[in-house]
Amino acid sequence: MLISQNISYQVGKKTILQGCSLEVKPGTFTAIVGPNGAGKSTFLKIMAKETTVQSGEVNLNGQNINQLNSTDLSKIRAVMPQHTNISFPYHIEQVIEVGRFPYKTSRKENEQVIDAVIKHNHLDGYRKRVYQTLSGGEQQRVQLARIMAQVWDKTTFPKYLLLDEPTSDLDIHHQHALLNTAKELCQKNMGIVAVLHDLNLAAQYADFIVLMKNGSIYKQGPCDQMLTKENIEHVFNHPVEVFTEPRTGKKVIISIPKSFTEETIKQKHYA
Amino acid sequence: MKSAMSKAKVSLLPSYKQLASQYQLGGMAILLLVSFFISLTIGAVDVSFKDIINVFLNQLGLGTNEVAATKSLVLTDFRLPRLLFTVLIGAALGVSGAALQGLFRNPLVEPGIIGVSSGAALGAIFIILGLESLIGEINPELKQWILPPFAFIGGALATFVTLRLGNYKGQVRTTILILAGVAITSLASATIGLGIFFSDEQQLRTFTFWTLGDLSGATWTKLYVIVLPIFGTIAGLCYYARSLNALALGESEAYHSGVNVEKVKRAVVLLSAVAVGTAVAFAGIIGFLGLVIPHIIRMTISSDHRIVIPGSAIGGALLLILADIVARTVVAPAELPIGIITASVGTPFFIYLLTVAKRKQLI
Repeated sequence: MLISQNISYQVGKKTILQGCSLEVKPGTFTAIVGPNGAGKSTFLKIMAKETTVQSGEVNLNGQNINQLNSTDLSKIRAVMPQHTNISFPYHIEQVIEVGRFPYKTSRKENEQVIDAVIKHNHLDGYRKRVYQTLSGGEQQRVQLARIMAQVWDKTTFPKYLLLDEPTSDLDIHHQHALLNTAKELCQKNMGIVAVLHDLNLAAQYADFIVLMKNGSIYKQGPCDQMLTKENIEHVFNHPVEVFTEPRTGKKVIISIPKSFTEETIKQKHYA
Repeated sequence: MKSAMSKAKVSLLPSYKQLASQYQLGGMAILLLVSFFISLTIGAVDVSFKDIINVFLNQLGLGTNEVAATKSLVLTDFRLPRLLFTVLIGAALGVSGAALQGLFRNPLVEPGIIGVSSGAALGAIFIILGLESLIGEINPELKQWILPPFAFIGGALATFVTLRLGNYKGQVRTTILILAGVAITSLASATIGLGIFFSDEQQLRTFTFWTLGDLSGATWTKLYVIVLPIFGTIAGLCYYARSLNALALGESEAYHSGVNVEKVKRAVVLLSAVAVGTAVAFAGIIGFLGLVIPHIIRMTISSDHRIVIPGSAIGGALLLILADIVARTVVAPAELPIGIITASVGTPFFIYLLTVAKRKQLI
């Protein structure tokens, strides 16, 4: 289990996070949603030990992350960043190979893993392409392949993936492809936490939703119970309509311009 | 396998299946060896390949053919130590340039960025200008042994200050580190300028030549002094090659992949400072090499640091050997400062590579 307890974080006098607690079980997909500046990325960074915990505690499979060094950590969890810029011409194979850094496996074994994740992410045609020449969406798919290479080996202990807006640059086809892959990884004894901006993608793929606002967790729970009109309107301070899609039975969220809400229409009418 | 190799060669691109790149590295090493022997034959005293072989055999006690004493002396006491010296200096500059560019993820970085070169120059000008006016004439024999330690201390101090300034709560901030290096460099330049203002013609000439690099002072003793720090640095930086590959993606990405980022940063800066400090202390400032060699390796072979680091060591040595041949021959019996040659031989080639890279979108 990935357990963060009562995490608070401050920069100077500004409070970024306040008392955030979250449990991620292996085999589940948790989506963190909330408006800009809610502290989602910082929360993720603290769980990844990229940012040191100021108060509270993060435990990975029963061990406090402060007692794990970067190599130990990298064998238990992988992190997908929002954007990665590389200043020298690296082939995507070389980028993916970085995922094998923590392991002392032979070059041949590493190549097999890299081949497998390339195939898995349909990147066969890109092997020899230079990373910087790819589009943002293609780069995100390469990054997913890289972190898959990092957690590819079968282990007795569960592993965790922390994804920071993994679908931000992807078209709808690849958004679904990426999240499907993530769901498949859940089946392999992995727990996933993803910061998602697209509420509809969260509705379709997440098992649990964490609603964040102003540095604290407003509510968390099973996906269907969290994505209600009231909750979303409160967290985002914006009118929405929530329907149920008949084929999937999942929630569909549509945001509406403020000018069309009853209140604003009334105000216009009387004015 | 065969097709992958030939493809990699044609496309000038780095290859994950590294066979091709390793052959290219091997090719460079052979080229280095060949230029080394050619260079041994070049100079005021005519020495043939046959003489070289005979002198080697004589030294080992296996020789049967007599070689003229002058030739033998020129080879063993002058050319051989000088060329080995050149190889080490070139390797030190190339390898530190490669590692620092990789560490700072910045193609504009050259080894001087951490302040080491200008610090060393400050140490040197202190000896060239300051010391003699303080304590009077120094015996030139002694002087050549006083300058290197002072230059090295100057370089080490400048690097230390740069690292301290770039340190924030136990973490090295890369941008601040680079800016601190720039600040230290300009401070040192100002002090050097002041020194130049007060120097006489002869001192100015000595110092200017020093800043253009000088390999002519090589002796076996100096060689013994520099061999350990430079080989140590090359080995150390090769050890960090995989970490530098991960760092190419960014510091947090490297950390997430299991790299101890802070340790790698400190180790690479300190190792490079040792190599560059040693090189500058004994051979003066030889510009351009550390900036350009790593790019040449990246553009022609691979960006993989497991190739770039050893490749830059070999490439740096190779370019400096070639430059040294030119420096010793064009105005013979005089000798041009080596820094002039490295820049004027290397620049056109580098510009050519830049245009190719631009077309292929490699940069």
